[in-house]
Amino acid sequence: MAAALSVTDLHVTFKTLLGRVQAVRGVSFDVEPGEVLGVVGESGSGKSVSFLGVMGLLGRSAIVEGSALVGDTELIHSSPKTLRRVRGAEMAMIFQDPLSALNPVQRVGHQVAEMILSHQQVSKSAANQRAVELLDIVGIPQPEQRAKQYAHEFSGGMRQRVMIAMAIANDPKVLIADEPTTALDVTVQAQILEVIDRIRKEMGTAVVLITHDLGVVARMADRVQVMYAGRVVERSDVSSIFHSSDHPYTRGLLMSQPGLGRERLTPIPGAPPNMLQPPSGCAFRARCPHAQPVCAGEIPELVKVRLTETACVRAVELEEVAV
Amino acid sequence: MHLHEELVDSVSLPPEDESIGVLKESISPKRMALKRYLNHHAAVASAIGLIIIILFVVLAPITARYGVNESIFKAEAGLRNQNLPPRAAAWFGTDSNGRDLYSRIIYGAQVSLLIGLFTAVASVAIGSLVGAIAGYKGGWLDDVLMRVTDVYLALPLLVILVVVRGMLKNVDWVTAIMGPSTSVRFLVILLTLVGWMGVARLVRGQVKQLKEREFVEAAKALGASTPRIMFRHLLPNSIGQIMVALTFAVVGAITAEATLSFFGFGPDAGSGMTSLGLLIRDSKRAVPPGYWWLVVYPGVFFIILSICINFIGDGLRDAVDPKMQQEVK
Amino acid sequence: MLRFILRRLLWAIPTLFLVTFVVYCALRLATNPLASYARTNPNIARNPKKMEAYINDNGLWSGFGGYIRGYFNWLGGFLTGNWQRSIKGSRPVWPNLKNALVNSMRLGLIASVFGITIGLSLGIFAALRPGRLRDTAVNTGALIGFSVQPFISAVLLQLFFAVQWAKWFGQPLFPTSGMYPPGHEGFDLLLMLKYMVLPIIVVSIQTIAAYSRYMRASLLDVLNSDYLRTARAKGISERRVLVKHALRNAMVPIVTLAALDVGAIVGGLIITENIFEYPGMGKYFLTAEANGDFPELMPWMVIITTSVILFNLLADLAYAWLDPRIRLD
Repeated sequence: MAAALSVTDLHVTFKTLLGRVQAVRGVSFDVEPGEVLGVVGESGSGKSVSFLGVMGLLGRSAIVEGSALVGDTELIHSSPKTLRRVRGAEMAMIFQDPLSALNPVQRVGHQVAEMILSHQQVSKSAANQRAVELLDIVGIPQPEQRAKQYAHEFSGGMRQRVMIAMAIANDPKVLIADEPTTALDVTVQAQILEVIDRIRKEMGTAVVLITHDLGVVARMADRVQVMYAGRVVERSDVSSIFHSSDHPYTRGLLMSQPGLGRERLTPIPGAPPNMLQPPSGCAFRARCPHAQPVCAGEIPELVKVRLTETACVRAVELEEVAV
Repeated sequence: MHLHEELVDSVSLPPEDESIGVLKESISPKRMALKRYLNHHAAVASAIGLIIIILFVVLAPITARYGVNESIFKAEAGLRNQNLPPRAAAWFGTDSNGRDLYSRIIYGAQVSLLIGLFTAVASVAIGSLVGAIAGYKGGWLDDVLMRVTDVYLALPLLVILVVVRGMLKNVDWVTAIMGPSTSVRFLVILLTLVGWMGVARLVRGQVKQLKEREFVEAAKALGASTPRIMFRHLLPNSIGQIMVALTFAVVGAITAEATLSFFGFGPDAGSGMTSLGLLIRDSKRAVPPGYWWLVVYPGVFFIILSICINFIGDGLRDAVDPKMQQEVK
Repeated sequence: MLRFILRRLLWAIPTLFLVTFVVYCALRLATNPLASYARTNPNIARNPKKMEAYINDNGLWSGFGGYIRGYFNWLGGFLTGNWQRSIKGSRPVWPNLKNALVNSMRLGLIASVFGITIGLSLGIFAALRPGRLRDTAVNTGALIGFSVQPFISAVLLQLFFAVQWAKWFGQPLFPTSGMYPPGHEGFDLLLMLKYMVLPIIVVSIQTIAAYSRYMRASLLDVLNSDYLRTARAKGISERRVLVKHALRNAMVPIVTLAALDVGAIVGGLIITENIFEYPGMGKYFLTAEANGDFPELMPWMVIITTSVILFNLLADLAYAWLDPRIRLD
């Protein structure tokens, strides 16, 4: 089956006062229709930036290179018109903080209807009608009345449902959820994830779930890719990541997360590297317990080691350590 | 954009060891601020401009070619010295008394800058103290401060200055302290009485924000006294904002002096002194006969001086408050 | 909403009483009406009986109790339409005041619309390309504009467009004083506008500078917001993103500021009106102040404080109307 979203060798660089920040440095991946791809990493690892870059939402200080295909439409360096046609229609996005992501002075129904009107040839009243239906689909009670309210009148979970309603209004091929539950209460988180999962099942949408919460990934994702310092360091199906990860960073990440049957949490020492001058070779080596001089050489590529694809030159040696 | 800020934050520290890329040492906030200031080209140029102006003013005995009340030469029959256009003997021409305008601008700037500096320092000292107490303590003091300054901000500045001036000059014990209403001392006190309010509001806002921060909470939890918290934590951490306020207070005071002098509420020229305001006031009379130099030179000099101080303030604001610098170049 | 308005209006009444009492005391002190009266009418001043009668008629008693009694005396007269006659010329005050008010509002509204429109456009123009040449140009221009004080630009413009222009081309391009030529009767829009050109330019320099900065800051804030990213992610046209989302939100604080500024128009453009001899509220104020004319000044102050309070309320209402997050209660 053709991939819903296919990204090849994506680079994102920011021009800043102090120089060029290489936020994403050569990332490639596919997302298949109907699957959930979990994207995991610390803040600053480039996980959100990759997708904002693909969508052309980064502003003028960002330089995006590489290729990103949605269906057969190339997004990188494409015309504003093409981008506009894809955004919201083929590829939609949900953001972390639904309160700041919703326009505070527009009624939510109007914001959902605007999404429909900008991509479909329908009348205003039909769009409004459809907006109410969408609010109903994402589980907002009394959608008629709620459509006439403003974002600040909604609870956090309900706001995120509005965002989802807006995102699925045009039945997109790809839904990118950027930390959709981070700003929400734990109980509400589960409900939102449920809504996303239901939509994926019913509409066959490919979902990209960007998060730093491995629990969310374990629950939702089919496949996982782990990002560090602007590169993918490991990728596999979800169970392999948790049970037979080969990359020291992924293991460190697993060890530092609570609630996965671990009694002691072990944080990863140090801090992520400075992306103004990314280190040579493996970016993780300064914090890696297994670093050797060999790690300073080439930037490691993703290679299938056991069950996962791992970007670590010592992965095969380390296999023994893991077992 | 949040994301962007996060990125810029994470890169504001250069690596100690480039090949490893782990951060060991950071640039101090002061050096970052200096870097940002130096990046504001207009602010740097203005600082240089202001230094040159101050040098001219401080070195008035050398830079001024004539005394403040000295005519460029003695008028004789058939050889008048009044209202002469610019020439070698008087670069900016002469005024209606035959005095050298170039020298008088230097003397005038001296008086104006002194008024500006004294007023600004006094206003900022009082304003910071009142603002810090009001912001930290809150309660009725805060309410009173806000209501009083509300009125002050709502009414035209000149109206307040004129009315307050009228009140003060009619009360004997006030003039005993402040001097006669035509003295420079009176003017400085008058401008301070009005000028501290803007600073107080600014510092109040700053302190109200800082008060919620962890280090103040921590100091409080450790039992630090209120004065200690204010002088050790709140005011030092607002120093950047206070510096900005000081800069704008200087230009505000100079402008207020000029406005008052322009309408005849300023210091008295009879005492053998002049100020930029008085020079600009004289320029009004030079318009109908078309003595352009008397209009253009003092006016343009005043504009340049204000521009310099305004840009320095703008640069300082960018330097101490990077949020204002929305997009990095 | 209605309850809010009623409550605010009810609150305005005690506020007004308090403010007018403070203003009454301040003006009595500042203008010293008795001395002004004696100065204008030396013959009456020599007659203690007539002076006594004047004091009692106008409530000009001295001492703290005298001020309080005097205030209520004035208030009674003011509210019943029994206004005190002016000291200079012993004329009724209202006709002059009304003319001044109308004239100031004419000039102020035209100048505000002109200045605010240009300022906002420049602010938008700058914010759309932050950090680029046009942004720097608008920002720099605004700071320079702030430094060009009205009393300087006015005199420079008069020199250039009237005096020098007449020297070069035979007649001045624009008139420099008044609202109509001397002796003109009736209303003539074109003639009036011609007289307004220079005052409008002088006022607009400051207005444009202020509003271009407000708008730039406000729009940049919105452009960097998350909901604008959401709007872009919707795939709607950039034009729609800017107009329906960015500008609509950026205008919220601007409208509030503009409401406050329009409220201040009633107070007149003191500096500009006086330099151009424009018969508005500002000219009225300084003339009355020079004469120490308490009966003329007091209603003037009442009008501007009322206007400030009213437009403050209006600004709050506008804010609530534009931003559904604001709840008035």
